[in-house]
Amino acid sequence: MLRESYLACERGILGALAMAVFLVAWEGLARGWWADLLQPALGTAANVLRIRPIFLASPSAIAEMAFQMYFVTGEIWPHLGLSAFEFVVGFLIAASIGIPLGLVAGRYRLLSYAVEPLLAALNATPQVALLPLVVLWMGTGLPARIFIIVLLMIVPILINSHAAVRTIDPKWLRLARSFSASEWRLFRTIVLPAAVPFLLAGVRLAIGRGMIGIVVGEIYGSAVGVGVMINQAGSTFQTTRVFVGILTIVVAGLVLSEVVRRIERRVEVWRPSTSADS
Amino acid sequence: MTIKLEAHRIGLEYGDPESDGRLVALNDVSLSIHENEFVSIVGPSGCGKTTFLSIVDGLIRATAGQILLGGTPVSEPGPDRAVVFQDSSLLPWRTVLGNVVFGLECIGVRPSEARERAAHYIEMVGLRGFENRYSYQLSGGMQQRVNLARALVMDPQILLMDEPFAALDAQTRELMQEELLNIWQASGKTVLFITHQIDEAIFLSDRVIVFSARPGRVKESVDIELDRPRSLKLKRDPRFHAYEDRIWSLIQEEEKPRAKAAG
Ligand SMILES: Nc1ncnc2c1ncn2[C@@H]1O[C@H](COP(=O)(O)OP(=O)(O)O)[C@@H](O)[C@H]1O
Ligand SMILES: [Mg+2]
Repeated sequence: MLRESYLACERGILGALAMAVFLVAWEGLARGWWADLLQPALGTAANVLRIRPIFLASPSAIAEMAFQMYFVTGEIWPHLGLSAFEFVVGFLIAASIGIPLGLVAGRYRLLSYAVEPLLAALNATPQVALLPLVVLWMGTGLPARIFIIVLLMIVPILINSHAAVRTIDPKWLRLARSFSASEWRLFRTIVLPAAVPFLLAGVRLAIGRGMIGIVVGEIYGSAVGVGVMINQAGSTFQTTRVFVGILTIVVAGLVLSEVVRRIERRVEVWRPSTSADS
Repeated sequence: MTIKLEAHRIGLEYGDPESDGRLVALNDVSLSIHENEFVSIVGPSGCGKTTFLSIVDGLIRATAGQILLGGTPVSEPGPDRAVVFQDSSLLPWRTVLGNVVFGLECIGVRPSEARERAAHYIEMVGLRGFENRYSYQLSGGMQQRVNLARALVMDPQILLMDEPFAALDAQTRELMQEELLNIWQASGKTVLFITHQIDEAIFLSDRVIVFSARPGRVKESVDIELDRPRSLKLKRDPRFHAYEDRIWSLIQEEEKPRAKAAG
């Protein structure tokens, strides 16, 4: 009975357990628990396990600071609002350019040949390294920030949309031709549905890269934004605030990934029992 | 009896990437099929059966000769022909109903009318109640029924079937053969059926056309003079066996030289 209910949520239990161990270990490092514990055995050598708060904030301090910043002073909201805006606009631009371009490039053989080396090069480029150029071209304002996010997000979206079309089973294209489907209908009824799983996988990759884009894009310029907040807190040694910023981005990334996962599940009802753990 | 389909000296060469030369898949194929006739093509694998069917459907353009359907030359796919493909080519993201209306959508039939017409054929192939299933929820036999309904709903002048039952187990296959005959009798379609199973060809057909090994040519056309309606019992009739022997030796003559060349 007990065993069965354990097995039912084995996954959740093990995950939570590992997370708890990790947090306790971290808390202990920041508060010097482990150093105190090992002092009798190791002597002063145990002090390497005592990390000063300027370098590492404890999870409890981070939680407290987060609570302050979110619900007491509310100071994080403007940062979060602007960064979210950058992210959403960046994503919309990346998707509305990347998806059609990738799909069309995948559909036409000659275009595909032309685009493939470019895609490979784009994929090999560390987009973050383009930041100085972006600043040179566009300054450090909002357009530059959005541009770097677009640059980061568009790569997996483009590559996946392109691959989605290239890997469509030829028998479905033949079927559409046999039924005299127009090019537009073929796109809507064959190419697009077959591509959706790839597109969503691309979007999921893009989300992680977009988060990087937020932080990187806000390195320069001193105004508002979660990245700005992290950078400013870091340069004034407010380690706890740095962690609150990072935590905010982590949570946002997790939430967005989950949203995409739900969309995937809804869109792919036709797949034989989409194994929940992919 | 009017001629529905006429293939006149069809030839087809593929560009052969391996030998950098050309691969002659079909050479001088001429045959004709009457209205309401059920004709099968049998032949060794690789002899160009699928290629021939694709030319009739208009998916491939013949490098020589001409196909006439009801007297007009065929150059591209059209709603007057419908194919039941070899492998299950159902769209997995569509339901049974969605798959059956696919062809109607393509020729611009109104959705409500398309659904109505589809319902009729879904019923005919015995899938009423399964309209909203996806293909992964269907057995192999059911999938091929959907394929059949998708072709029939187009109300084509000729139905082209490319080894539709090849992937099914023996029992299901025989069941489907019997049902296909019933449906064919009810719908009165002209059928061109491709198979490599001799008994299937005899059981179904008015006429069995034997293709030679590649390049495919018409080796012989055998009229099957067995009464209709036919039931599976017929497969144990001595006359049935006689046809089997005859067609088997015709194909064997084609297989032998290849076996020699290979050995
Ligand atoms: N697209 C193609 N390009 C080149 N060769 C092909 C192509 N399709 C089929 N062939 C070749 O043509 C021959 C006939 O093929 P096919 O019509 O599929 O035979 P069957 O259906 O009778 O088994 C085979 O040798 C096959 O390898
Ligand atoms: Mg074949």
